[in-house]
Amino acid sequence: MALAIPKETYNGKIYNVQLGTGDKAVTIGGASALPFLGFEGTFPNKPAVAMEVMDIAPDEWPDTVKNAIGGAGASPAQWAKFCQDAGADMVALRLMGTHPDQQDKSPDDAAKIAGEVAAAVDIPLMILGSGHTEKDTQVLQAVATATRGKNCAIGKAVEENYKTIAAAAMANDHKLIAMSQLDVNLAKQLNILLSQMGFDKERIIMDPMSSALGYGLEYTYSVMERIRLAALLQNDPMMQTPIVCDIGVNVWKVKETMAPDADVPEWGGLEDRAKAWEVITASGMLASGADMLIMRHPGAVEKAKELIAELM
Amino acid sequence: MALSGVQIFKYLPKTNCKKCGHPTCLAFAMKLAAKQASLDACPDASAEAKQALGEASAPPVRPVTIGAGDGAVKVGDEICMFRHEKKFFNPSVFAVAIKDTEAGDAAAKKIEAVKASEIDRVGQHLKVDAIAVTEESGDPAKFASVVKQVVDDAPGVPLILVSINPAVIEAGIAHCADKKPLIYAATAENAEAMAKIAKEKKASLAVSAAGLDALIELSEKVKGMGVEDLVLDPGARKAKDMIEQYTIIRRAAIKKNFKPLGYPVISFATRDDAVSETMAASIGVMKYASIIILNNIEKWKMLALLSLRQNIYTDPQVPMQVAQNIYKVGEAKEDSPLLITTNFSLSYFIVRGEVENSKVASWLAVMDNEGLSVLTAWAAGKFTASRIAQFITESGADKSVNHKELIIPGYVAILSGALEEKLPGWKITVGPREANALPSFLKGRA
Repeated sequence: MALAIPKETYNGKIYNVQLGTGDKAVTIGGASALPFLGFEGTFPNKPAVAMEVMDIAPDEWPDTVKNAIGGAGASPAQWAKFCQDAGADMVALRLMGTHPDQQDKSPDDAAKIAGEVAAAVDIPLMILGSGHTEKDTQVLQAVATATRGKNCAIGKAVEENYKTIAAAAMANDHKLIAMSQLDVNLAKQLNILLSQMGFDKERIIMDPMSSALGYGLEYTYSVMERIRLAALLQNDPMMQTPIVCDIGVNVWKVKETMAPDADVPEWGGLEDRAKAWEVITASGMLASGADMLIMRHPGAVEKAKELIAELM
Repeated sequence: MALSGVQIFKYLPKTNCKKCGHPTCLAFAMKLAAKQASLDACPDASAEAKQALGEASAPPVRPVTIGAGDGAVKVGDEICMFRHEKKFFNPSVFAVAIKDTEAGDAAAKKIEAVKASEIDRVGQHLKVDAIAVTEESGDPAKFASVVKQVVDDAPGVPLILVSINPAVIEAGIAHCADKKPLIYAATAENAEAMAKIAKEKKASLAVSAAGLDALIELSEKVKGMGVEDLVLDPGARKAKDMIEQYTIIRRAAIKKNFKPLGYPVISFATRDDAVSETMAASIGVMKYASIIILNNIEKWKMLALLSLRQNIYTDPQVPMQVAQNIYKVGEAKEDSPLLITTNFSLSYFIVRGEVENSKVASWLAVMDNEGLSVLTAWAAGKFTASRIAQFITESGADKSVNHKELIIPGYVAILSGALEEKLPGWKITVGPREANALPSFLKGRA
């Protein structure tokens, strides 16, 4: 019996979004089929891996990842350079120090650090607030202005603060990361709201809210699969934005990446276990549609890039 | 694909005799299509009708059981492409390869590792499921001795016998014929001999070919020889090929009811590099591989893979639940804060994660609300003042702490008055609505 390969008819396609400028610019998106199904679609861009850098020292990160970064964590610019040398496609600067519970750094301080980081590397930059809804609006506004012309991804805009952050990204020619809380309809809703205020939907990167392996990964996985099906099969223009998965921040707070060998002998060695946790979380996000990952451990980044190469 | 009522009607006698209990043959056909009736109720059904309906009602991916007794594992019998459509039913089986050149100590070590592989995760016991004895030596006697070693030391563990040499399989299966092993594999060259062994020993048989066309031809050929329980290997080893070929196989089976590919898939994730092997296996778990062969089963590797498998094979309609308990977060002491949430696993994970982030050691009371989130449970009347009071009283929470203050989620602030009435002497504090505000909330109190 001969088989006619059962192919899906995709009506839609993911937008291409370019970040950065010049030789080291990165384009994500562009897929015209479900992840890596080359027999029925094309994938002009490989998923990008951004490495996370903070405006404060990574004192609260677990030892395994802190040690892997070494002394580079002492200064954001040095740390960013370290990431570039480690093979990152992008740097994701998280301005954690601006959080009122952290160092409550001022928007001006944040802008200065963002400028230093931007000057230290030539790979594209993603700039994330601390996640404090109100403070992020001031911080990201200042940062967007300071990095004007760099074509960064700025975020995360959420339902409560998207207007100010989107306006800042728009005024300074940046791309926008829009995060919703693990729900297909909320993700679409935020993209609609952004479009309604005049923000070009082809400049949005969607963050469906990531989760770590073993800690709700299946929710993110299925939400992403459903977003991709809506984008490609139903040709829903509000779902066709590329997807970013913020992995490191979730992975490096679970017990599996912190518990010493002696506490959980049945889990195996901490070094391998912790790195594998970030790598396999990345694998799950790639298989369900991620166009960009934010990761922390250079060793995990190296393996994730190996997997991406194998998938293309 | 299932037949429609009208398609079934064409096979019926069209006499409207009512013997089946339905007024007309068409009405009966509709019931059959809806799987609310059985063709047995029709005394005049032709052999042709029975065959056609039998085939149409067979599962699109044939269920195959490997092993015998308590340790036996069932694979296949899947009905969807995406887990959100319904669920993935039979979790991928992990098998470690033991080469016959590893006979003796090396093999013994791996067997022990399989036996010690069980871990507990969110109330489930997860473990390495099977052992694949793999011929490298070319020597049937050597292969047979390792099979015997496995059977003796791990009698309950299902076996996969890996060789393309029928004489080797014959020698190995002599030690485990009653254990329903999976034979890997029939190829274009050895199909007759392998099919003969599988049939005689009632073993399941993997068919291996390079590419889908060759695989289809071989699977039809072997089925034609009378072996029903097949497993497929299209030869994909690279992650991209795995996703593509396994997707086509699953789609052909489920959407086209294409019988030659309607079997579970076996995937060789074996790699020299342990992390690369873990990655390849993870692709198999997510993308339709029913049996995954690994070179090694390091504890960290299996923790990651078993967790991933649990995530992917969880029923999306039934929320994952954590056990009702008073959980200690950090080095909580008697005077540490006591918070309460529901036992929806995601609520638990997120709340626990944020409490950990706060670095304020705390007690987290997790109440059984049938896996509903806080607001849903409240709306459903399962997270009410009286139930919470009963839980706090009966759980012995008051023994963990030396104070009487309970922090409730901000979304159910409305319960605080009623709770203070139901829990005399307790102070009810309203916490933040969203978990991400917990660090500042807890630090602010410290």
